[in-house]
Amino acid sequence: MFERLRAMLMKEFLQIRRDRTAVMRMIVPLVIQMLVFGYAATFTVHHVATVVLDLDQSQASRSLVSHFVASGRFDVVATARDGAEVQRDIDEDVAAIAVVIHAGFERDLSNGRSAPLQIIVDGTNSNTALIALSYINQIVAQFSAEQAARLLPPHSSLAAPQIGVNLQTVPWFNPGLDDTWFFIPGVIGSLTLLQVVSLTAFAIVREREVGTLEQIMVSPIRPVEFILGKTVPFFLIGLGDIVLVSAIGIAWFRVPFIGDALVMLAGSALFLLAAVGMGLLLSTYSKTQQQAFALNFFFVNPFFILSGFAFPIAAMPKALQWFTLINPLRYFLVVIRAVFLKGVGFAVLWPDLAAMAALAAVMLGISVLRFRSSLQS
Amino acid sequence: MKLRRLLAMAYKETLQIWRDPRSLAIALIMPLMQMGLLGYGVSLDIKQVPLCIYDQENSQLSRAIVSRFDAGGWFATTGVLHSQAGVRAAMDAGTCIGAVVIPVDFSRQLASTGTASIQAVFDATDVNTTNIAQGYLQGVVAQINAQIQAQWQAAHGVSASQLGQVDLQPSTWFNQTLDSRNFIIPGVVAVILALVGAQLTSLTVSREWERGTMEQLISTPVTALEVMLGKLLPYFVVGMVDAAVCLALAVYWFDVPFRGSVLTLFAATALFSLVILGIGYLISVRIRSQLAASQVALYVTLLPTTLLSGYTFPIDQMPKPIQALTLVVYPRYYVTILRGIFLKGSSLVDLWQPLLGLVIFAVVIVWLAARAFHKRLD
Repeated sequence: MFERLRAMLMKEFLQIRRDRTAVMRMIVPLVIQMLVFGYAATFTVHHVATVVLDLDQSQASRSLVSHFVASGRFDVVATARDGAEVQRDIDEDVAAIAVVIHAGFERDLSNGRSAPLQIIVDGTNSNTALIALSYINQIVAQFSAEQAARLLPPHSSLAAPQIGVNLQTVPWFNPGLDDTWFFIPGVIGSLTLLQVVSLTAFAIVREREVGTLEQIMVSPIRPVEFILGKTVPFFLIGLGDIVLVSAIGIAWFRVPFIGDALVMLAGSALFLLAAVGMGLLLSTYSKTQQQAFALNFFFVNPFFILSGFAFPIAAMPKALQWFTLINPLRYFLVVIRAVFLKGVGFAVLWPDLAAMAALAAVMLGISVLRFRSSLQS
Repeated sequence: MKLRRLLAMAYKETLQIWRDPRSLAIALIMPLMQMGLLGYGVSLDIKQVPLCIYDQENSQLSRAIVSRFDAGGWFATTGVLHSQAGVRAAMDAGTCIGAVVIPVDFSRQLASTGTASIQAVFDATDVNTTNIAQGYLQGVVAQINAQIQAQWQAAHGVSASQLGQVDLQPSTWFNQTLDSRNFIIPGVVAVILALVGAQLTSLTVSREWERGTMEQLISTPVTALEVMLGKLLPYFVVGMVDAAVCLALAVYWFDVPFRGSVLTLFAATALFSLVILGIGYLISVRIRSQLAASQVALYVTLLPTTLLSGYTFPIDQMPKPIQALTLVVYPRYYVTILRGIFLKGSSLVDLWQPLLGLVIFAVVIVWLAARAFHKRLD
């Protein structure tokens, strides 16, 4: 058996090595995507373009604007003279936020009346708008508290707005709330899935299309040996992918890796088995490379989107949440993020590892059965 | 160029699409399926954030505060914890995204000094969800504080009217409900068109090479320009039908508000299809192996449309060099136009910049595509 398997593996590696652009096609897009993803994928809200219409031109109004600027979340990119200008700036995407301070703002504040402050948010990007609104709430609350403290009669020991519950938020696992730390581990899994599934699926369909599958069928090789010979190279390539991309994440993007490399290795191995199994399964349903590609694309894109890599699974409708249960990437992302950022081990991650093992077993099992029947017929 | 030959070429290509069930599936079923999956799956509206409570005090006041977190639908209490180690374990296992810790002397502190702290620990792995959850939490605490302050003022004889307060009046334009679906779905249409269009066309020439029909094609009197136009015409029709279906789904199924002109939308969609198909064709001419062609097509379309078009990740938040890079990312213009037409009701004049971007791309790509094909066998 090992003799035949060795021959098969040698043939596969030769085939990969002889395809001169194959290595280029495997590594270059991977590295480029990693770099672009690392820089482009962000939901953080910094320096939101803001237009200010200050009709009060008072000390209080200027102080309020400087609170906005000092937060670092908002950049005043334009100063409007009237409401029409504000409207135009928002319409033309010059600014996403408008702060409109009405005349009499300072007078109202010092007279103890409530001073209206109008904020217009371009809700087109709902996520940015939502987060920006929560920053605005904090900034205005802070400003209000300072103003009230200044205006309160000196005999009171405490300024009223300081009364109450003080919420101390403590972000764990990512104290700087750095998006890159969230996305990079996700990218490692997603890119590996994309590559390994398509490589595996194509390798087999190619034999079928070129006609060399018949030659293999008449050779004494057995289905299991054939499948091992076809999957081991891509399993190893996938492992290489994970190591390469993780190294970029750690060394270039400075994402911490506080977990156990052994847990990572176990997770990667199970995930790759599932990915290879998926590629095999897809290949048993395709006669041509084009069909393989269509199928691959049909499944891999949803698996990629519905994995939680950027869009929380909890935000999906229930039916889609169930669908994610058969998605190996979903489990791998949990494992890889937990290992990178949380440093937890087998005790916590065993359900995800077990799920990947089960998926891998099912997909590989079905593929072997389908191959056996197709090789015998 | 002869119209008869062009049409013959287009007819042959149409037959080829029609007789290949997988091509038909990519052309017709895939857009529907992707639209369904992405339309529902791509959402950032996290409601019912799983929250754990560690109430060390367990007083009437602390319980009242805890019940406030549950009300409103922003949070769902998924666990009641009894120790600091429990908080750590819940965070490690991911049973909750946030844990609220109310200290043992909370009520006493609040009564004697007027202030007391609550700690909110977040699993900040998913930064965006953490940000949103923090915002919700701060909102709840602000409500609680308003009540406490009102009581304090009443007790100390400071009437509320003595304190000038800023009355924040936020108003949201274009997407009043702040529903992320309204923001994402127009972009999803662009992504689907890009993927489907480039996938379909990327194999149209390489297929002729691999099947050995290229020799026959070359021996006919058809010119390179006729080949290009003949091959692209059926796919252009397919692309426009796909676009119409996806856009109709966006409006009628997903209820994304549509405020602009259909004609502008049509013009922009036609331009975008032209760019996508042209790119697919270029790849197909340049790369002879079907496998390599479809791989390259995937990389050239998937990466820019999902990452750099602004369809999920806002371009203005990217580092400056990446922002500059997005200027050559053609889907960016189409996504901007789609959002403008859907949500803002932008007119042709408002959108002249992204439209010009698409026009430039279309001209360059079609020009390159027209020159790419040579009737030679080497």
